[in-house]
Amino acid sequence: MARGIKDKVAILGMGCARFGERWADDAETLMVEAYEEAIADAGIETSEIDAAWLSVAFDAINIGPSGIPLATALRLRNIGVTKVENYCASGTEAFRGAVYAVASGAADIALALGVEKLKDTGYGGLPVRSRGTTFDMVGVTGSAPGNFAQLASAYRAAHGVAKADLKRAMAHVSVKSHANGAKNPKAHLRKPIDMDTVLNAPMIAEPLGLYDCCGVSDGAACAIVTTPEIARALGKRDPVTVKALQISASNGWEAQQGGGWNGSYFHTTRIAAAKAYEEAGITRPREQISLMEVHDCFSVTELVTMEDLHISKEGQGWKDVLDGLFDADGAIPCQIDGGLKCFGHPIGASGLRMIYENYLQLLGRAGPRQRTSPPSLALSHNLGGMPSQNVSAVAIIGMHDA
Amino acid sequence: MTIGILACGAYIPRRRLQRGAIHAANGWFAGGLKGLARGERAIAGWDEDSITMAVEAARASLRDFDRAAIGSVALASTTLPFADRSNAGVVKEALNLADATGAFDLAGSRRAATTGLNQALAAAAGGASAQLLVAADMRKSRPGSEAEMTSGDAAAALIVGDGEAIATLVGAHSVTIDFVDHVRESGADFDYGWEGRWIRDEGYGAMVATALADGLAKIGVDAAAIDRFIVPITAKGVAEGLARRLGISAEAVADRLADSVGDSGAAHPILLLASALEAAGPGERILLVGFGQGVDILIFETTDAIADGQRRRSVAATLADRVEDMNYLRWLFHRGLYDLERGMRAELDQKQPGTTLWRNRKAVLGLVGGRCTQTGTVQFPKSEISVNPNNPAAHTQEDYPLADRRARVVTYTADALAYSPDPPGYYGMIDFDGGGRMTVEFADVVADDVEVGREMRMVFRIKAVDEQRGFVKYFWKAAPVRTGEAD
Repeated sequence: MARGIKDKVAILGMGCARFGERWADDAETLMVEAYEEAIADAGIETSEIDAAWLSVAFDAINIGPSGIPLATALRLRNIGVTKVENYCASGTEAFRGAVYAVASGAADIALALGVEKLKDTGYGGLPVRSRGTTFDMVGVTGSAPGNFAQLASAYRAAHGVAKADLKRAMAHVSVKSHANGAKNPKAHLRKPIDMDTVLNAPMIAEPLGLYDCCGVSDGAACAIVTTPEIARALGKRDPVTVKALQISASNGWEAQQGGGWNGSYFHTTRIAAAKAYEEAGITRPREQISLMEVHDCFSVTELVTMEDLHISKEGQGWKDVLDGLFDADGAIPCQIDGGLKCFGHPIGASGLRMIYENYLQLLGRAGPRQRTSPPSLALSHNLGGMPSQNVSAVAIIGMHDA
Repeated sequence: MTIGILACGAYIPRRRLQRGAIHAANGWFAGGLKGLARGERAIAGWDEDSITMAVEAARASLRDFDRAAIGSVALASTTLPFADRSNAGVVKEALNLADATGAFDLAGSRRAATTGLNQALAAAAGGASAQLLVAADMRKSRPGSEAEMTSGDAAAALIVGDGEAIATLVGAHSVTIDFVDHVRESGADFDYGWEGRWIRDEGYGAMVATALADGLAKIGVDAAAIDRFIVPITAKGVAEGLARRLGISAEAVADRLADSVGDSGAAHPILLLASALEAAGPGERILLVGFGQGVDILIFETTDAIADGQRRRSVAATLADRVEDMNYLRWLFHRGLYDLERGMRAELDQKQPGTTLWRNRKAVLGLVGGRCTQTGTVQFPKSEISVNPNNPAAHTQEDYPLADRRARVVTYTADALAYSPDPPGYYGMIDFDGGGRMTVEFADVVADDVEVGREMRMVFRIKAVDEQRGFVKYFWKAAPVRTGEAD
């Protein structure tokens, strides 16, 4: 029986580049920006890093293959560098690599860095690409909004929610994240918006309008991890530790078995969340989780994720959203940094950016957006793919004694 | 057992472009075409061509027919997508016919299908197994041309062989004369046509009339005994004039679908024959004319088997499944005659590896999924290990065709971001009756007629075109089942 990751690994330092349309900067600059903040926070030298993981999703349009671009950018000391790609969940995947390396004892200090340079495509939204030779013959090459928009049609049908009600709840998600992003100096989108702006925006993929979609950004984020003992020895008296780290990948059931999945939720998120709570010893997540960073690539994704994380009851998430439960001053803030929606979504970096925000909040270092009631357990949910076929990652971090 | 036509089917694309919309755009230039600017013409969608239309017509003809009995497939068209890849072979794959099926293309003339029909009947008389003869045409025409007004896109199919024939051949007659009323060089997009008055006088008036008179005499049928006279010439009054000259009754002259479909080229005689068979009772004599560098005359007599009506009911249904279209520019764009800015998203490379298509041809072209022989779980595509989480049995899957199964919408969207030649692109997940699901593009969808639970049927369409290398990628899409549609 696996014993899980709880409290075996501590976060020594984290960094995050300013997200946005970084027209003047290469991926190298973004990586170094995130790294310099993280290594200064960790208080170590580059030579002390034993192993590294690099996450990037669209490598073909930015840094190219392999771990070499990271080793070169940071001038790592010829250590092992592993490049990982797991759709938009790549950032948490890199974090998992580094955390597992430390937990195994194979490395004392490991680094995870995610980067994405998306604004060299020449158009808005994510790059269009092949998903393999079989998919290209029988799959639908839709857009990301089109893939996720389908959640809404199925959610309405499954729970008998009126089109207008769901659209309003989705709009509330975006209005909330814009309010939060406005307080974040590293966020891509920093302008508050109102409900009418969201509801009247041009349609991207029915029923998702422009403001139901997250920003497509350049950016990088970095974590340096070690054991709690080494962290204390390096002066971190009360370190933040990893409580749970779970990744669940679709095996085709949702996409292929007729009459199974109903299209309105994330099968994998439910599995990853349940395992993560068990790993962290959490039995009442709605009461025990202090705050959440979830994969709000689209407003409807965030909404159904509230249910899949077992925070809201099935079919009731849209009401909790409208009740303000997840607002910055609500019971369980969600996307207190603006989320993918406004902090931005440089794919390979996003999972690490979520952990970065949770780390800052736990240490009381989040500035004007700091949650006033001190958080003790923070969850991040990082999702890649599309509702019918995806990789869902749940990470929970907290104070070592939490 | 009787040799003859065993079944028929037709397909007419749903959009019917109003000829008034064409004239409204081009009348300033081609004012002389005002007289033709009435009624509507069938227009194929961006994702249709002669192959996809042929597949739909063939499916209609095969609805109550044992596919294993088909020995060969012939595709007649003047607009075959491929010059050297068997177009009929693609139809064979789409219909999931056995590999031991012959396939050949008939081309080069609007008479291709009637000549093919004559040959198919002769082959059947010689003992050949049943032939699926499909005719389809999607002819391009220059904006402002007469052909743009008079043409239409359609397909029709006949099954010819020895069996429970609904019509038998009484006799046939053919003449060949290099009469160049119009011409299209290999690879060219457009016809070059000669003066209409000459075609009327020497083509229809002399050549067809003479062939008819000779044919009736040779076959030994009295003109007055013809119950249905099919002349696939949509020019006004031609069929009526021929009937008058030959002594065929005016009531026998069949509607040419000129104002509802347009002249569908090589498909037109077969479409009109299918329409006549649909309306006919037992013991009727049908005279079919084919015209194009000569004339084919075929006289059929319907049998008692026609009475059950099961194998000839698709023309009226496909004719009625229509939507009026005023968007002339959209159609020009879909035919490549209007160069809209498509944006960078359209630059996605659509290269099709020959190897992967060959390996997966049953799944891709035939929509054949898998069924686990242990659990009965149906899935698409097939896999080595079953998708069933309760029993992921290995190496247990047998072929399971899904193309003719109805399905229901599970999820959907209308995507305005991804590139589609006909935005927004509708797609979603569907569950098949009897098991299996897939995420698939939708075809022929309108905004207020798509919802979770909507009943859908599968249609064979173009998925994408590799413009760089000149290759068309075909796959299946889901279209809403509409009231009155034959099932």
